[in-house]
Amino acid sequence: MAERRGAPGPLEYTRRFWVRAWLAATFLFLYAPIVILVVFSFNDSRRNIVWRGFTTKYYAKAMANDSLIEAFTNSLVVAFLSTLVSTVLGTLLALALWRFRFPGKPVVEGANALPIVIPEICMGVSLLVFFSSIGLMSGIPWPASLTPIVIGHIAFSFPFVAVVVRARLEGFDRSLEEASKDLGASEWQTLRYVMIPFLKPGIVAGALLAMTLSLDDFVITFFTSGPETITFPIKIYSMVRFGATPEVNAASTVLIAITLLLTVIAMRMQAPVRGEGKE
Amino acid sequence: MDSWRSAPWVFWAFLLPGGLWLLLFFLVPLAMVWVLAFGERAGPVEIVITWTLDNYRQALEPIYLGLFWKSFWIAALATAICLVISFPVALAVSFAPARAKPLLLMLVILPFWTNLLIRTYAMIAVLRTKGYLNFGLEYLWTGAKALLTPIGLGELLGERFVPLSLLYNNTAVVFGIVYVYLPFMVLPLYATLERLDRSLIEASLDLGASQARTFRSVIVPLAWPGIVSGIILVFIPALGTFLISDLLGGPDSQLIGNVIERQFKAANNIPLGSALSFLLLYMTFLALALRAWLAGRRGYRG
Repeated sequence: MAERRGAPGPLEYTRRFWVRAWLAATFLFLYAPIVILVVFSFNDSRRNIVWRGFTTKYYAKAMANDSLIEAFTNSLVVAFLSTLVSTVLGTLLALALWRFRFPGKPVVEGANALPIVIPEICMGVSLLVFFSSIGLMSGIPWPASLTPIVIGHIAFSFPFVAVVVRARLEGFDRSLEEASKDLGASEWQTLRYVMIPFLKPGIVAGALLAMTLSLDDFVITFFTSGPETITFPIKIYSMVRFGATPEVNAASTVLIAITLLLTVIAMRMQAPVRGEGKE
Repeated sequence: MDSWRSAPWVFWAFLLPGGLWLLLFFLVPLAMVWVLAFGERAGPVEIVITWTLDNYRQALEPIYLGLFWKSFWIAALATAICLVISFPVALAVSFAPARAKPLLLMLVILPFWTNLLIRTYAMIAVLRTKGYLNFGLEYLWTGAKALLTPIGLGELLGERFVPLSLLYNNTAVVFGIVYVYLPFMVLPLYATLERLDRSLIEASLDLGASQARTFRSVIVPLAWPGIVSGIILVFIPALGTFLISDLLGGPDSQLIGNVIERQFKAANNIPLGSALSFLLLYMTFLALALRAWLAGRRGYRG
């Protein structure tokens, strides 16, 4: 649509004044709290309401806080492992549901949709019950103590990956797969050289989603972490309950920055492939 | 589509990892909670399954039923507010010029990539008594006072600025839910509005319907699947929230999520907590069934 001056056309809702004002107000509502949080992490005052000058001392304080650093590392490890496994599980399940007819298929489809729709707290408490009954919730040394959290994150992330990859598979031309097999490629070669290259944008999008879900999560982590395990959300939660401090702002800002950075990288990786796959 | 018998090894290799994961780490834990809801406490940590209905009976007592009712209303109110805010936003994004669209979409999605806890925490700084909203209001108040005093109306505003107590009450909880889940409403609305046939809107306008009438009789019915999806996507997590009500709510803002959390963590009444979880789950299924029915009635599928 070419830029036109004068009164907005009947369908140019975006050029109407009240729609623009509404849009601006919504974005202000969405961003102001986060921007304030980030800005005041640099504020030289414990009571973060009035600006008293620029400082990075709360970052230094957060860095010197060993348990905060440990929590941070744990969260990144969990996100990494969860993304890796979720991507593989989700892609395979999507392929199975797309390619095969089998008895009980609606049950598998339903079971895959459930973790997406049920309230997180129901899933959280069920994982808590499950892991405590098999004795995985306490008395386990570090990296292994993260196992319940990683398993929980995978359980709620990979169904999302499966949905994303399956959406991509809907556009796949099966004659490509048949051609590959007719030309003598094995199942593995077909998967490796035909299916995966085609699915790559879907897989990357799914992996990005899985990573975001993991870094975003509070509820599942809250219920699956044992008394000795600290992850970032749990640490921040206890700090917030003690009172909002600039250290919390600083630590939150770092997590926001990491999430943003990872997102930008993932999008860069995705962008050229997406252009090429355009129908 | 192939029959699984055509390549059983491939089939099992594809299906088993995810299928087993779902079975073992999702369905089995859920089944355990379902069974525990029929249990009785026989010691500090021991639970005996006696298939009693007492937990459900207790969960349906007025105190918990009232909590369900309250959670329902808070979630419904927050969902309605989300819908009202999101519709113009989704409309503006889907009718935006092609080059502005990715940026606008990105701006909608970006907050969703921030941790739930961080967003809720950010809300505290905005809403508390010495927070930014009161700060802004005080600024406006001082300005108004300076304007009104010379004409003798200064007394109208009172002696001193009284900060509003915005945090630690039910309003703050609704506010927090709207803030956190707004992108969930905008995205499905955008997805349907983006796909709808614009010539129908043009036809309606050409035939003399006003913008308001076109909105009511053409756009809303066509966007119906998106509206229903958005409502579900916001309502279900809002119904089960416990973090938002925990951090932003006051003593009277306990929602069903907080009570469930307490049964499992502090009160250690796991059978009651299990019964409450399953009641919440049944409410969710009811909402999903309602959605299927609504989507079917309109003859559209989201």
